[in-house]
Amino acid sequence: MKYSYYPGCSLEASAKGYDESVHYVFNKLGHELNEIDDWNCCGATYYMATKETISLVISARNLAKAEKKGWDIIAPCSSCYTILYKTNHILKNNRILREKVNQALRKVGLEYNLSVQVRHPLEVLVNDVGIETIASKAKKTLEGLKIAQYYGCQIVRPERGLDDKDNPRMMDDLCKALGAENVYFPMKTRCCGGMLMTTYPDVGLGLNKKLLECAEENNANLIVTTCPLCQINLEAYQNKINKKFETNFRMPVLFFTQIIGLALGGSPQDLGLHRSLIPFDLGEIKRKELR
Amino acid sequence: MTKGKEGQPQPGVLDEKEKELRDSFLLQVKNIPGGESIKKCIQCGTCTATCPVSYTMDITPREIIALFRAKEIDTILSSRTIWICASCYSCTVRCPQGVKVTDIIYSLKRLAIENEIYPKKFPVYALSNSFVWFVNRLGLSYEPGLILSYCLKTNPFKLFGMFPMFIKLALKGRIGFFPKKIKNTKNLSKILKEAEILENIIPMQES
Repeated sequence: MKYSYYPGCSLEASAKGYDESVHYVFNKLGHELNEIDDWNCCGATYYMATKETISLVISARNLAKAEKKGWDIIAPCSSCYTILYKTNHILKNNRILREKVNQALRKVGLEYNLSVQVRHPLEVLVNDVGIETIASKAKKTLEGLKIAQYYGCQIVRPERGLDDKDNPRMMDDLCKALGAENVYFPMKTRCCGGMLMTTYPDVGLGLNKKLLECAEENNANLIVTTCPLCQINLEAYQNKINKKFETNFRMPVLFFTQIIGLALGGSPQDLGLHRSLIPFDLGEIKRKELR
Repeated sequence: MTKGKEGQPQPGVLDEKEKELRDSFLLQVKNIPGGESIKKCIQCGTCTATCPVSYTMDITPREIIALFRAKEIDTILSSRTIWICASCYSCTVRCPQGVKVTDIIYSLKRLAIENEIYPKKFPVYALSNSFVWFVNRLGLSYEPGLILSYCLKTNPFKLFGMFPMFIKLALKGRIGFFPKKIKNTKNLSKILKEAEILENIIPMQES
């Protein structure tokens, strides 16, 4: 199947591993990702905090461009996914804002007619491809991995019917089918603080410390996540957290597509694993092969 | 609230500024799908209880709605609360009455920036402003520039603390050193100019 692809600013830099692994996984499963031509920044939370119509307009420019091809948009970054989805939702429900946005877009020959769907790769893999199909194509087993599945907030909230808001299970089911063990992780949808790590570092560090603690207490040897910001908050600040709270964390944090890619037989280079700050021991996965 | 003679507050009477803020706020809330649910708030406090950062807020989410009903928008806008909100939507999904708390807080953020009401020594809005500056010109965000400009506006010493992590990420190829631009920045400028004009137009009639 063909999809429009919206990487977003973070997948080009801080979450390059996510971009690399999403491409690997979709290609391996026989689906095409076509990057939206000349996409622009979705605006993230910052633009929405300043101007309403303008932020909807810059977000809608991407939707209008994707509409020309007619395929569903896949946006891996949970924040971009939420913003594009929200824009779509607001424009569908508010005629006045829709008119304003289209008036601005028409200045450059674009128009948005609400026909595009915005989707997250996790949901696409589970619903369009199917867990059984992915498991049947696995070349390696994920046995030995004890994963704390961290969904974060943007992918399940506000409710869009993507998964249960309190106890989502898509990533859990997918990884289980590939042989991994999911540890009990009640904080699976607790906020990591997002940009608070920059604006309010004390609060940000505290929130992430609780998440790491919960994962460690339940004997996870890996945290798997869907969002670039969550990944950076959980991975890159462990030293600062250790210093402040006198803890001893050294927990690898990966993107779910990197784990799926490993099961599908991808090399660490293919999946951007060499970009992790906290190395993940591939020992377990290397040795076991499926018959 | 307006103060009458001898400084007595006059119930039911709003001063000009408060009225203006209130009207702008209500207009924004109307644009939120499901925004009118704010009328249904029963002050149960579930939003505050579920909020991961309410412990550090000066006014809690529940209190924001209570203060709004008491006609104290100025107080709300001068609080740190709206800037600490991490936009995690926990409050929104748990509210038994369906109040769109997070989106209401976004409206308050916009109102505060428009009216330049900020809590003292509180430059969080500077991050949003820097971000918007870059996106308007490049069409993409430029993280190193963003962090640099934010730290310079707030506390330059923070940069030293960030340096080791910056180096580590750079060595892994996770920093975009040079700003990137979209191909069609001219088109983007045209769209933005039109959107700016439209932003300030308040329609006379409802749909």
